[in-house]
Amino acid sequence: MSVISTSELTTPGLGGGLRDLKQSSFLLKLLVRKELKVRYRGSVLGLLWSYVKPGVQFIVFYVALGIFLGLERSPKNPDGLANYAVYLFSGIVLINFFSEALGNAARSIVMNGNLIKKIYLPRELFPVASVWVSAVHFFPQLVVLVGGCVLAGWHPNPLQLLAAVAGFVIVALLATGLGLLFGSANVYFRDSENLVDMLLMIATWASPVMYAWSMVEQKLGTAAFAVYQANPITIGVELFHYAFWFPTTDGSAAMPPNLFSLWLPVGLVVAVVILLLGQYTFRRLEGRFAQEL
Amino acid sequence: MVTAIEVSDISKQFVLRHTRSLKEAVVWLAKGRKGDLSEKFHALKNVSVEIDAGETVALLGLNGSGKSTLLKHISGVMLPDTGTVKTRGRVAGLIEVGAGFHPDLSGRDNVFLNGAILGMTEQQINDKFDDIVEFSEIGQFIDTEVKFYSSGMYLRLAFSVAVHTDPEVFLIDEILAVGDEPFQRKCIDKIQELARDGKTLVVVSHDLDLVSRICDRGILMEHGNVKFDGPIHEAVSILRA
Repeated sequence: MSVISTSELTTPGLGGGLRDLKQSSFLLKLLVRKELKVRYRGSVLGLLWSYVKPGVQFIVFYVALGIFLGLERSPKNPDGLANYAVYLFSGIVLINFFSEALGNAARSIVMNGNLIKKIYLPRELFPVASVWVSAVHFFPQLVVLVGGCVLAGWHPNPLQLLAAVAGFVIVALLATGLGLLFGSANVYFRDSENLVDMLLMIATWASPVMYAWSMVEQKLGTAAFAVYQANPITIGVELFHYAFWFPTTDGSAAMPPNLFSLWLPVGLVVAVVILLLGQYTFRRLEGRFAQEL
Repeated sequence: MVTAIEVSDISKQFVLRHTRSLKEAVVWLAKGRKGDLSEKFHALKNVSVEIDAGETVALLGLNGSGKSTLLKHISGVMLPDTGTVKTRGRVAGLIEVGAGFHPDLSGRDNVFLNGAILGMTEQQINDKFDDIVEFSEIGQFIDTEVKFYSSGMYLRLAFSVAVHTDPEVFLIDEILAVGDEPFQRKCIDKIQELARDGKTLVVVSHDLDLVSRICDRGILMEHGNVKFDGPIHEAVSILRA
């Protein structure tokens, strides 16, 4: 009884936003584990699907773009990119992480509607758990990428490894922010998840995953290129190229100017701003989740 | 007495929106907002209720009178349009048992997941795990996926997790029809034990005989208003009249 009388009267249902996740870390862990267990239930290949899909995607792009469209450097095509396979794959793994994280986060609130309607819990858990799950799926792809890099003669320095971490953090923050934004909007308008699918398609092509950044600069000119560069995914992909692809080449390839001094901070700031915006929108909208779902 | 739940003058309007697509909303705007895109109705209207710690309260009323909506406001699932709701201590809902269960996980995984959803810590679940399994009478099936459970087993496990969450305030919505006769009796005994331990209980049920056994106070709701608030037997007799 003493517990009851010492505690304060509080208003139920007002969460502290993402800060609540610290207290709910155990639940977050269980939700992530549940997703991982449930995702490929009843399928023969199971978790292997997480590698088969990007693997096939990689082969298709490599053959079509690298060989047919001539992006790969070869004796007949000296203007192409050296080690195009590594270049391509290092971008693909990051884009895949982003696509999976955002796609699932945007659906997470509606998918868990049954629970949200009945029991109060910090609802940010669901989009954040989706991003975590994608990070778990990302990890083995990273291992494959590193394996490929080593075969191609990878010799990174610490700064380059740090670039990979920074690129991943930027993209993860961005996915969480957009996931909160579209996940909450999806409760009111189911168009939101289709919008996300479209955005993800654009995101794949609006970053130098398949092609080199220098091609964009030639066509766009400086001002428009700066806009292109400000996209956090572009910055993330370029950081990944710097970490994984660049150390496998002879070092003659040009990296985008000011990648560290300007674009890395820009990417971080944009991602954090979007995260705050997503959190703000989510909190504005979550009060009516229970009745709208 | 210490107040456990304080509901002051809350109103809640529901919007019965007919569309879930942006296109229809845009078309509606383009047509100069002709017609009503949505209908509104009051689910709760200026409801004030104060419940002291240790009270056992039944929310009574016909379907659609706002009982469950009031319960959802107390649990924090819904927020009122106007007015305030305050609670003291941890509130847990036995609201639709099994809402957090996943059919493809084993009983054991579900106990942990559901316990955490209901606000238990890892330590608390570990400590109470054996009690939960014993109470549910699931026995050796605890490591079987719950999709293979009979509906009775499913409810028993879910109820068992819920009663072991040990909050200060229990919200119970129409779940007393759990399992077979003996288990039902066991559940009711457990709920009465909680009441004796000084927990605050708020029960929504249509089983009037049952609630008059468990609760002391009855709040009768009608069309989103409190029609009567007093001893349970009077509330039941008004409802039956």
